[in-house]
Amino acid sequence: MLYFVVRRTIFAVVLLIAVSFFTYVLFAALPTDPAALTCGKNCTPEVIERNRVRLGYDKPILEQYGQFVKGIFAGRTYGPEPVAVHCDAPSLGYSFKRHECVTDLITRSLPVTISLSIGAFVLWMVLGIGLGVVAALKRNRWPDRAATAFSVVGISLPTFFVGLLAVLIFTIWWPIMDFPRYTGFLDNPWKWASALILPWVTLAIVSASTYVRLTRNGVIETMNEEFVRLGLAKGLSRRVLIVKYVLRAALVPIVTIAGLDFAALLGGAVITESVFNLPGLGKLAIAAVVDSDLPVLVATTLVSAAFIVVANAVVDFCYGFLDPRVRDA
Amino acid sequence: MSAPVLQATNLVKYFPTGKSPLLHRPTAEVKAVDGVSFTLERGSTLGIVGESGCGKSTLGRLLGRLIEPSSGTVVLDGHDLTAAGNPELRRLRPQIQYVFQDPYSCLNPRHSIAESIATPMRVQKLYGRAEERQHVRDLMERVGLNPEHINRFPHEFSGGQRQRIGIARALALQPKVIVADEPVSALDVSVQAQILNLLEGLQASLGLSYVFIAHDLGVVRHIADQVAVMYLGRIVEIGSPGAVYGNTSHPYTQALLSAVPVADPRGKGTRQRQVLVGDVPSPINPPSGCRFRTRCPQAQERCALEEPQLADRGGGHPVACHFPLA
Amino acid sequence: MSGSPLLSVADLRVSFTTPDGVVRAVDGVSFDVRAGETIGIVGESGSGKSVTANAIMRLNFGERVETSGSILFDGIDLAALDDEAMRRHRGSDIAMVFQDPLSALNPFARVGAQIGEAYRIHHPKAPKSEIREVVLDSLQRVGIPEPTKRVRSYPHEFSGGMRQRIVIAMALVNDPRLLIADEPTTALDVTVQAQILELVQRIQAESGTAVLLITHDLGVIAEVTERVLVMYAGRVVEDTSVNDVFSRPSHPYTLGLLGSVRSLDSAGRGSLRAIPGAPPSLVNLPQGCAFRPRCAFDLGEGSACATTVPVLSEVGAGRSACHLGVEVRRHLIEQVGT
Repeated sequence: MLYFVVRRTIFAVVLLIAVSFFTYVLFAALPTDPAALTCGKNCTPEVIERNRVRLGYDKPILEQYGQFVKGIFAGRTYGPEPVAVHCDAPSLGYSFKRHECVTDLITRSLPVTISLSIGAFVLWMVLGIGLGVVAALKRNRWPDRAATAFSVVGISLPTFFVGLLAVLIFTIWWPIMDFPRYTGFLDNPWKWASALILPWVTLAIVSASTYVRLTRNGVIETMNEEFVRLGLAKGLSRRVLIVKYVLRAALVPIVTIAGLDFAALLGGAVITESVFNLPGLGKLAIAAVVDSDLPVLVATTLVSAAFIVVANAVVDFCYGFLDPRVRDA
Repeated sequence: MSAPVLQATNLVKYFPTGKSPLLHRPTAEVKAVDGVSFTLERGSTLGIVGESGCGKSTLGRLLGRLIEPSSGTVVLDGHDLTAAGNPELRRLRPQIQYVFQDPYSCLNPRHSIAESIATPMRVQKLYGRAEERQHVRDLMERVGLNPEHINRFPHEFSGGQRQRIGIARALALQPKVIVADEPVSALDVSVQAQILNLLEGLQASLGLSYVFIAHDLGVVRHIADQVAVMYLGRIVEIGSPGAVYGNTSHPYTQALLSAVPVADPRGKGTRQRQVLVGDVPSPINPPSGCRFRTRCPQAQERCALEEPQLADRGGGHPVACHFPLA
Repeated sequence: MSGSPLLSVADLRVSFTTPDGVVRAVDGVSFDVRAGETIGIVGESGSGKSVTANAIMRLNFGERVETSGSILFDGIDLAALDDEAMRRHRGSDIAMVFQDPLSALNPFARVGAQIGEAYRIHHPKAPKSEIREVVLDSLQRVGIPEPTKRVRSYPHEFSGGMRQRIVIAMALVNDPRLLIADEPTTALDVTVQAQILELVQRIQAESGTAVLLITHDLGVIAEVTERVLVMYAGRVVEDTSVNDVFSRPSHPYTLGLLGSVRSLDSAGRGSLRAIPGAPPSLVNLPQGCAFRPRCAFDLGEGSACATTVPVLSEVGAGRSACHLGVEVRRHLIEQVGT
């Protein structure tokens, strides 16, 4: 088992390095000239050229990448004296548009995305798995049909539609709350929760649908397995059988998929954040695209990718933990 | 005497397995087939028996080069199948066809049986549409199916009938050899007899040669002209059914035979049942010397040191044992 | 053997509603099992033998299953019990062993825990030490080497034969009066099968458990059982001692089965005796005797064979369901030869 952990971690690290390199090179290969983005309206070719040299964009790509990586570990200074700016480690770049170290931008947006993701995740798992189990146990009866209908609707509706609808219903037609405005958790937990409740519900409806189906099918399939019948033959009650045998087996693949879904969400629930005006990673990324703010783009892409790589490794560990048959394989 | 239709010489198949700690390189090999040789005469049946893990199914797949041997040769009707390049292989393949065990998974449920049976002919681009259809009908009749059902789908047939469809498909290219891997194991007893009768009839009328792989000793005894008993990748005894069953030389064969429950209660209590102790050793690390020695009731020192080769030791048929029973 | 039977099944019927129609899997089955007896139920696919076995423990359920008839176990009608009461019998005085030990064992739990669970369900107040002792003892009883070590292993770490022993250990842990074994050796190699059958016989001799053995293998029937029920298309067609089934069968189907199997045992070639046709579809059972389309002794259209389902009637020391008169049957069977 130890070998497995070490091996997997090494692979994750290697993968992260590869992803960072690939991302960096990809953005460098874009036709947009990064130097040209660094100055505002009063840009003359001389200024651009000067900036290019100052910021090191004239150096070969590998060297640029090297500098970038060094910045992550040791901090980096951008631009020459006397107008140089220093960003502490881990420095993911400097945004000229916003005049800020990218790392600071991300550090500010991340808690928002995390808040959104965790809340939505818990809600959709409970909703999805709960409904899925009910649907499976009452197969072909009305709870099943209702749950299936719900899941079909949920999968079909685009996130922004559900989000906008939620805003419309709960802040305009039936105004039980104000338009959500994000507040930090530590500042005011109640306001934090009430601001996030609509986005949570939106994401939950959209994502739970997949899990309703997955859980339903998984439970139905597992219920037909021989070992469940044997459990029954041993004299186990139906409730114990469902929880201890069926769910235990059916949830293993579902939990692992969920882990990956969660990681993807962490990378930025772009649409939801836009609809609800939450200043998270997703919104940051979109703004960076609109503004052509390359350093921010590179950094947000990298952070998203990092989440997925780490989640993959964690999911692999969990799978080995959950399913003993996989451990020796 | 005509040349044998199929000849296997020193067939070996090792599968890499295991994972080294960091890089997951294979650390060991499963020695599935470890030096098997035999000769199949034209128009006869070779039965291969053994329990799970003995390598008989792998051997079956090697004969038609469905998997590549690690070493060894297969000569089909005088042509070296193992060394054949792709064009020649394409020419040779029709001469050796297969029938498999599970009649439910062997047929594509979305293809009508006309398509299933015709597919080999189409792959080899043999006939035009009309001619092909006629051939399919003929084949169906030959295997005892009603040609009117030509457009039906597999799920509309019983297990026994589906096996007949599989046999029809195997006959489509007029092969010389058919390798049948447990063709009746998945069928009910009353249907098994029908299929076995069919196979025997086809052999007589078409001059087919069979390699018949099974774990059921009774079935093999009935249908085979020669029986080979396999254990852990090697043949331990080979001979006519009378010799192998009546004049058993190898202790494993004897244990196998004595383990088969006899459908006659009068024999109860009087029969010397020899129950083998323990499990089959892993094919990754077979025991040194004779592979059977860890479970053999009469194993001696020599058995651990020297691996017995397959040879006639006086019993009239080849056996791989230092101290054969007969 | 005296006294009333341990298990008495009367007119058991189980049907499943499928998209293709109503499948009458078990269509009026009645038989007895006495304490300590070993009974075999033999039949091919679709005969209803497994469904019968499951019905005794009431393991067939769902909205599309209909069960009727009585199942008297020690005088109590299992069919009339509520779920909770039935649960108390399962795994305690009636236990079951299934066909494929790999899929029968919970892949996520250690073997010791699974056996322990079987004990704990029916002895909820038992202390851990007692459970542990019972588990180790049961592993030893079925011949698992190094039980203290292997208690912590998972099912996939054992070979097929060992796994089946574990399943048997689990079934026996509460000293059941009746052990139902549904094709316990079909998925195993023949040498392992021999070991398992020997184990079952030994255990039975030691503890006096009655065994209901379901199989399609006549050899296993001959080795292990005292009395045999032959099933076809959901009905019992013959019910007699094991010796009589083999030497004096009184039903054409039994004769056909023996013919197919026997001719295999005899040396040399020559056509095998096959039963023509295939087992009937249980959705569209023919009127009258279900075996009629394949029966060599069919009395023809308009006869009882075509119109009425034959009922079990006494023949010698057993019973058999056939419209032919007993003497006529005997005569024909002798003619054909066993």
